[in-house]
Amino acid sequence: MANIWSMIADPNMQWIFLGCTLLGLSSGVIGSFSYLRKQSLMGDTLAHAALPGICIAFMLTGIKSIGLFLIGAGLAGLIATFGIGYITRHTKLKQDAAMGIVLSSFFGLGIVLLTVIQHGNYGNQAGLDKFLFGQAASMIGSDVITMSIVCIVLLSICTLLFKQFKLISFDPGFARGLGYPVAALEQLMMLLMVVAVVAGIQAVGVVLVAALLITPAVSARYWTNKLSLMVILSGIFGAASGAVGTLFSASVSNLPTGPVTVLAATLMFGISILFGPQRGIVAKRLMRQRAKRRFAVQREISIHDNTKKEAAL
Amino acid sequence: MSDFWIILTGSLVASCCAILGVFLVLRKMAMIGDAISHSVMPGIVIAFLLSGSRDSVLMMFAALAFGLLTTFLIQMFQQSGIQSDASIGVVFTALFAVGVVLVSLFARQVHLDQDAILYGEIAYVHWNIWELGGVNMGPRAVWLLGFTLMVIVAVISLFYKQFKLCAFDPALAAAIGIPVAIFHYLLMGLVSMATVSSFESVGAILVVGLLIIPASTAYLLTERLGMMIGLSIGVGIASTVLGYLAAKMLDASIAGCIVCAAGVLFALALLFSPSQGIVAKKLRLRKLAA
Repeated sequence: MANIWSMIADPNMQWIFLGCTLLGLSSGVIGSFSYLRKQSLMGDTLAHAALPGICIAFMLTGIKSIGLFLIGAGLAGLIATFGIGYITRHTKLKQDAAMGIVLSSFFGLGIVLLTVIQHGNYGNQAGLDKFLFGQAASMIGSDVITMSIVCIVLLSICTLLFKQFKLISFDPGFARGLGYPVAALEQLMMLLMVVAVVAGIQAVGVVLVAALLITPAVSARYWTNKLSLMVILSGIFGAASGAVGTLFSASVSNLPTGPVTVLAATLMFGISILFGPQRGIVAKRLMRQRAKRRFAVQREISIHDNTKKEAAL
Repeated sequence: MSDFWIILTGSLVASCCAILGVFLVLRKMAMIGDAISHSVMPGIVIAFLLSGSRDSVLMMFAALAFGLLTTFLIQMFQQSGIQSDASIGVVFTALFAVGVVLVSLFARQVHLDQDAILYGEIAYVHWNIWELGGVNMGPRAVWLLGFTLMVIVAVISLFYKQFKLCAFDPALAAAIGIPVAIFHYLLMGLVSMATVSSFESVGAILVVGLLIIPASTAYLLTERLGMMIGLSIGVGIASTVLGYLAAKMLDASIAGCIVCAAGVLFALALLFSPSQGIVAKKLRLRKLAA
């Protein structure tokens, strides 16, 4: 425990901690929109697709900077979304198969490039494989600052366009009828998702960053039926998992950040699914028991009434 | 000789995955295949920690258990009102995270690192030899994969009719008394088995590429199920051979190259499939317009 406190006192660690918490917050917020739009697994596809983008950015420039990686991964993510759209529109394959195809071929390409980088004579390549599972502790000051700025921009866009995003999440047809630029808004939301995923890669890793989009949103859905509250709750869940993940992985050696963050989010999901009001398992059980008791009481009354009637006859 | 063994191993992996992939693609469950290939991880690691060896029956059973657990959890969350893709996402990330944490915590005690799980070690397949009474029987992986392939072929051909009906019209299948749920779990069990036996050679993550891509390619080329399975296997094996050659040339990850080759073959089918390709469609439109 003392270990954790001394770590919090370390200013470098404070930065990383802040960055990861912000990251969880913004992924949680964006994740709730993508959950409502039934695009949860899109985050997973985007994350896997980002790997070749990162590798190409590194091969071209030879430096590890999160800003360049953001650009590379963002471009790769956009190509991936375009590919998925193209396959679903032009063939009889469904979206899930299209996502699987794009996800695995991009990831395969990423791994090929990664091994080419490792075998080739690119200097300074150590730690590129940290992107697979994430290692928050390996971030340097400028990375954290870039990540934090990106997260703040994401959050402000979501706050400003909350009304529009709400409408296209629930009823895109109505939004189109009102004259909103639905296609542009949908593209913007996809772009925000790409940015959230890419910003999270260094902290959580390519393989698991999608969980930051999905799990907090699903957990938040268990507590409320109001979108505004759901977005806030999802952000809080995400932020908490980011914080826990960073602390734990830094205190145990050789433990990547990604899985710990995901497990923290899953724990909150477990609590939500058990104790959520109305939808939680416990609440449902209680409701069923109450209904059963009410039914039993009513039956007793009616039996009682019947015997009275019979007696009167 | 090593080339031969590597290509043989790859082809066996590709065949196992290609057969099952056809049913996954037809039942619109491609992403469940992805989920299973991630979530058998903790099973593999736990079995490895318990038995200390990499090729045990225990590993097969542990992974099978986790594969079925994944299917069950996804089903349960879906029924409790979570969207299907979100429930897939929650389950597989959680289980995969457990697996990675276990590997990281016990990394020093076990000879099983994250790289092996991600990329596989198909290049070293011919070093891990199975000896029976002092006689060299060839690589272990080949035997394991051969066994898996036999089980898959046996089960699928035994229940071909049932699987076919469940794939195309589950409601009708249920109506005429086929236990659809049992066949669903049977298929998922086979997918988990294929994933475990392949993970050692191509890595847990790239298995999904071989599950989905060849089957989708075949789906674009034919409209008959039997033909689709055959084509899917063909595409899988062709990607293995092409991928291996490319990997030798580039000095890169073999598993990654195999999946890339599969992706290229898919792109070719997408463009030039005689019945549904983009080019064929364009030509037909032009002929109509003329």
